[in-house]
Amino acid sequence: MNLKNPFNNKKKSISYLLKNGKFINLKEKKIEDKDLLLENKKIKQIKTGINITSKDVEVIDCSGLMIAPGLVDMRVNIGEPGSEHKETVKSVSMSAASGGITSLICMPNTSPPIDQPAIIQSIQRKAREVALSKFYCTGCITRGAIGKEICELQLMKESGALGFTDGYKSIANVRVMKRALNYVKSFDGLIIQHAEEPDLSEEGVVNEGEFSTRLGLVGIPSYAEAMIVERDLWLVRDTGCRYHVSHISSKDTVEVIRKAKKEGLNITCDTAPPYFMLNEFSLENYRTFLKLSPPLKTEEDRQEIIKGLKDGTIDSIVSDHTPHDQDAKRLPFNQAEFGGIGLETLLPCTLSLVKNKLLDICSAISLISINPSKILGLGSGIIEEGSEADISIFDPDKSWKVSSESFYSKSKNSPFDGMLLEGKNIMTFVRGKLVYKS
Amino acid sequence: MKEDCSLKIYPHEHLLGTEGLLPNEINYLLNLSHNFVNHLKEDKKKKFDYLKNKICINLFFENSTRTRTSFELAGKKLSADILNIAVGASSIKKGETMIDTAMTLNAMQPDIIVVRHYDAGAVKLLSEKVNCGVINAGDGPHEHPTQALLDALTILNRKKTIAGLKVAICGDIMHSRVARSNIHLLNTLGAEVRVIAPATLIPKNIESLGVKVFYDMKNGLKDVDIIIMLRLQLERMSGSFVPSIREYFRFYGLDRDKLNYAQSDALILHPGPMNRGVEIDSELADDLDRSAIFEQVRMGVAVRMACLKALTENKELQNES
Repeated sequence: MNLKNPFNNKKKSISYLLKNGKFINLKEKKIEDKDLLLENKKIKQIKTGINITSKDVEVIDCSGLMIAPGLVDMRVNIGEPGSEHKETVKSVSMSAASGGITSLICMPNTSPPIDQPAIIQSIQRKAREVALSKFYCTGCITRGAIGKEICELQLMKESGALGFTDGYKSIANVRVMKRALNYVKSFDGLIIQHAEEPDLSEEGVVNEGEFSTRLGLVGIPSYAEAMIVERDLWLVRDTGCRYHVSHISSKDTVEVIRKAKKEGLNITCDTAPPYFMLNEFSLENYRTFLKLSPPLKTEEDRQEIIKGLKDGTIDSIVSDHTPHDQDAKRLPFNQAEFGGIGLETLLPCTLSLVKNKLLDICSAISLISINPSKILGLGSGIIEEGSEADISIFDPDKSWKVSSESFYSKSKNSPFDGMLLEGKNIMTFVRGKLVYKS
Repeated sequence: MKEDCSLKIYPHEHLLGTEGLLPNEINYLLNLSHNFVNHLKEDKKKKFDYLKNKICINLFFENSTRTRTSFELAGKKLSADILNIAVGASSIKKGETMIDTAMTLNAMQPDIIVVRHYDAGAVKLLSEKVNCGVINAGDGPHEHPTQALLDALTILNRKKTIAGLKVAICGDIMHSRVARSNIHLLNTLGAEVRVIAPATLIPKNIESLGVKVFYDMKNGLKDVDIIIMLRLQLERMSGSFVPSIREYFRFYGLDRDKLNYAQSDALILHPGPMNRGVEIDSELADDLDRSAIFEQVRMGVAVRMACLKALTENKELQNES
């Protein structure tokens, strides 16, 4: 492989033998000293001490490294079509591959939005040409993502949409939401909600409280999130549809979902690293890289998110990758865009939960592999004999300073810029092909 | 005025807000202002050359007559070369960002930029991109430090001290930078600060800034020494914070009846421009014994002279070292 280019997009695939690594066995929830043989896109063998000497098999020494299933990221905003200056299918897939993500699920808030099957097909055609990782789409719930009429959901599903969401917009109209939930039930579709009461959050840019008062910024009450979830739960009870809440950020929401799960409702949810790594105090000095949607909350909220990750209330961690160029962030706080990039920090941020002894490594990795894969019905996110060889090999102890300038994403708006993180993806395999090696 | 002031020089490069300023830093600025007031009292035509050959830019992204004129006059009295720039809708329409504007102006090598902007935090952002001193002349609902300083100077002029005074700030606290700057400054100098407004105009958790909240004007005004009335920011209201002006005036407008609950010598301040018949009765506004509204304007020039001088000296010291 060319040393200057860490990516490999060649069609030819050879066999690999991964030796001496620590294999993360999610099925049995343990770490094993086993070697893995990858052949013909699949994992052929997992065994202690495999020895093969053949010129067709490249042996990779994984001493000191961990072998995890390739990561599945179910919330990625891409810029193509419409904002190619921020991110393209190619750049987002390079960013994902370098971060160990082998399946990425993009949000439909492109321009035009993904609200019809043709757009899904067009993005997937592009992805087949240039993408290194597996590339999936979600579709809008409503036409143009304006919350009025539902899209051709079943046609979009047939074209590959894994779920339906209006991206950064809540479905405000409860009648529309009810119809959408009811409609997708007929073909077991998944509705993904960005929970934020739109009237309460209008003009708001940060969490409402002492902090917003001090800074003179318009706040969004933190219950604006839980309120929408609670509303939707009535509809879930009524329709019995699968319902997923995206990037939850508040204590109240965790509590509402915990209760609903106890009740036996068919719901899942995810959060993103900023919500368990940071709190609103990071916003001091009006740092626009931390202007996120939903906004960062209090330390109490952050603690409850961690609790939710520990007790299984929260099913998955997503990168919530939202690329913005300089011009969209170098503005007064009110005018700056919401969102931060996250593909290249998803793994180390998740591993920080292990370093801080909040989660064991198998649970942490499950949150970014098998769990989202199950929610979406992908069948990936696990390493077993016979499964497709999607693998992330990472160094759990490598500490590095986040410098978004070195990221492969076209945009540099990382909320973690300048932070010290531990753990880094070293190699990424997709369908048995080594697509990234640092 | 003999407040404690051990400082030889103002220690900050910019004046972005009153939050975080130490008592002796505030007193430094107030003493300096007070000296200017005395000089101007002796000779109202007197000019100083502290800012001779210095370039001072007034950069206003939001309409302002009073503050801009006050800064302009202050600069002229210090012999500065002054540029007034009103950034209208035109350059915003052209797509020029605030930072572009700041970089362009910075290239002209000004010594001080006075900035008003409609967004909270914008002046701080601008100060990070230029090489000169920056004075915040109001950033959205965040801070307006020179207004708080001139209010303090006015109070000192009449009451001799600030520590221990009961001060009530009344009106649209939510959208007011004057309220926030006054709360920080008056608290730092030891006053007891109250805010009075309908609950819709009180921002969340304002108590944590060290104030007592009152929803009833008569309760809130009880025994206060100073009343700072705020303009009801009609132009900033989107959504119904108050149902009507007449209802607002009835419960939160300052008239003789409500004023009777305060100390008999209570002083009324208002940052202007006043909405007569909305937050203040016209008769009171013009009562020069009770209202210091025009005195504030005079103090404003002195305070701005002091701030311009303080930042210039700070910069010169930095350049020397």
